[in-house]
Amino acid sequence: MKSYEQINAKIESGKAVVLTAEEIIDYVERKGLEEAAREVDVVTTATFGPMCSSGCFLNFGHSRPRMRITQTWIDGVAAYSGVAAVDAYLGATELRQGDPANTYYPGEFRFGGGHVMEKLVAGQQLELHGLSYGTDDYPRREVRTTFTIKDLNQAIMVNPRNCYQNYNAAVNGSERPIYTYLGCLKPKMANLSYCSAGQLSPLLNDPLYETIGIGTKVWLAGAQGHVYAEGTQHAPSCERGPNDVPTEGAGTLALTADMKRMRPEFVRGTSLRGYGVSLALGVGIPIPILNPQVLKRTTVRDRDILAPVIDYSSDYPNRTGKVLARLSYEELKRGEVSLLGKTVETSAMSSYAKAREIAALLADEIRRGEFLMARPLAPLPAKQAFQGLKIREGRP
Amino acid sequence: MSTRRLLLYFPKSETEKPIVYHLVKDYDLVINIFRAKVTPEEYGYLVLDVTGSEQNIARGMEFVRTLNVQVDEAQKGVRWDQERCTMCTNCIPHCPTKALHVADRATMEVAFASQLCVECLSCLENCPYGACSSIF
Repeated sequence: MKSYEQINAKIESGKAVVLTAEEIIDYVERKGLEEAAREVDVVTTATFGPMCSSGCFLNFGHSRPRMRITQTWIDGVAAYSGVAAVDAYLGATELRQGDPANTYYPGEFRFGGGHVMEKLVAGQQLELHGLSYGTDDYPRREVRTTFTIKDLNQAIMVNPRNCYQNYNAAVNGSERPIYTYLGCLKPKMANLSYCSAGQLSPLLNDPLYETIGIGTKVWLAGAQGHVYAEGTQHAPSCERGPNDVPTEGAGTLALTADMKRMRPEFVRGTSLRGYGVSLALGVGIPIPILNPQVLKRTTVRDRDILAPVIDYSSDYPNRTGKVLARLSYEELKRGEVSLLGKTVETSAMSSYAKAREIAALLADEIRRGEFLMARPLAPLPAKQAFQGLKIREGRP
Repeated sequence: MSTRRLLLYFPKSETEKPIVYHLVKDYDLVINIFRAKVTPEEYGYLVLDVTGSEQNIARGMEFVRTLNVQVDEAQKGVRWDQERCTMCTNCIPHCPTKALHVADRATMEVAFASQLCVECLSCLENCPYGACSSIF
């Protein structure tokens, strides 16, 4: 048994033993659980992929004369301005003004909120356009200028839902191609798209949220940030395997960190043909090895994690709940699976290669004594189901 | 026999000559065209594989140069930017020749074998990050 304080003392002395969630599998097999739990201080987990529920609060500073900006566009992308005078919230999936969306189906969705965030973090110049109705204390009615992230007082990423614990694998059972947030799916189940880092993914290595909670320190695109709440749609009450690993979406995390400290290669605007724009993010979460049980959770392998295969041409849009099959990430990562007696090509929307890179970067930061563990302030809800939207007849 | 991927650039005036016919008939070359745009009054291009003896390929290219056609062996019609690629693998089922492929299933890193590329451009449509681009 180790405490957070003991682990942090070891990290600060530069002597912490840190392995990635991939490396730990063989390590524990070699050393045995008890000995490994004594030796290992931290296991790093990571993921990289589109996370649509992401965005950022920006503060532009005040102009002279002052202006209470009521409508904001950054590079033509609208940011929500229903907050204080020069604050705005830019969402990842916001399209650029005038984007034809799916008018000419499938739309290209070349640029949107996620791309603005990528440019911001990369230090590139952006255009601000703001409008206002004017008040006695904020008389200015229009502003047009350029800025970079350095000109902003704050650029804080605040993401209501990141790091889905597990995720659907999508196929298309119809006779025409369909365009989804998991990419273009060919007719007659010719291909399958999944989206999880599997054995490296944060919440699959801590399936019952024993160390990851509200207040946990995370690596968000290179910046040190925090879990600030349960993520939206956090639904831990779901079907789970014998290892407690959910066989569907389940838990999610709400994350925040300072964009001024982020690295652009882990903040990537995403264009999904026929679907829209998004933001792909890199997230790393360290798991402090408090006891052998926590360590055992981190040894989960791709073959022990199952993703539900869902038909995105019918069952997903209509919420029928039908699951065609459950396939392990070991199978999915091979590039080809057998599904309903058919060979189906597989690919991912998330990047395992980037997740590996992030897990290694975070492990290095911890070994250098630069990243300490934070004890959660409160646990994530352990029991809670997902509710659908009830559409009620008539008016209130 | 060898096969070369070539890019031919046509000046405005040379669009009416049956260049490919001459390459086949006079120089005994096997031609596989991937992309072409040959329009009067405009610069045109042709992306093709030529297969034949080294000597015949050299003579054939000598011939097209006499028609003011530029031959470029170094350029690729489709480019994969490794820096922009996030290695998500989303493009892979859409690449008909496996030019884009997973180089190593343990690390899931993506690689591009440009000699296999037939320039169908489906990677351009399917890459969420704009990692693939076309020079035309």
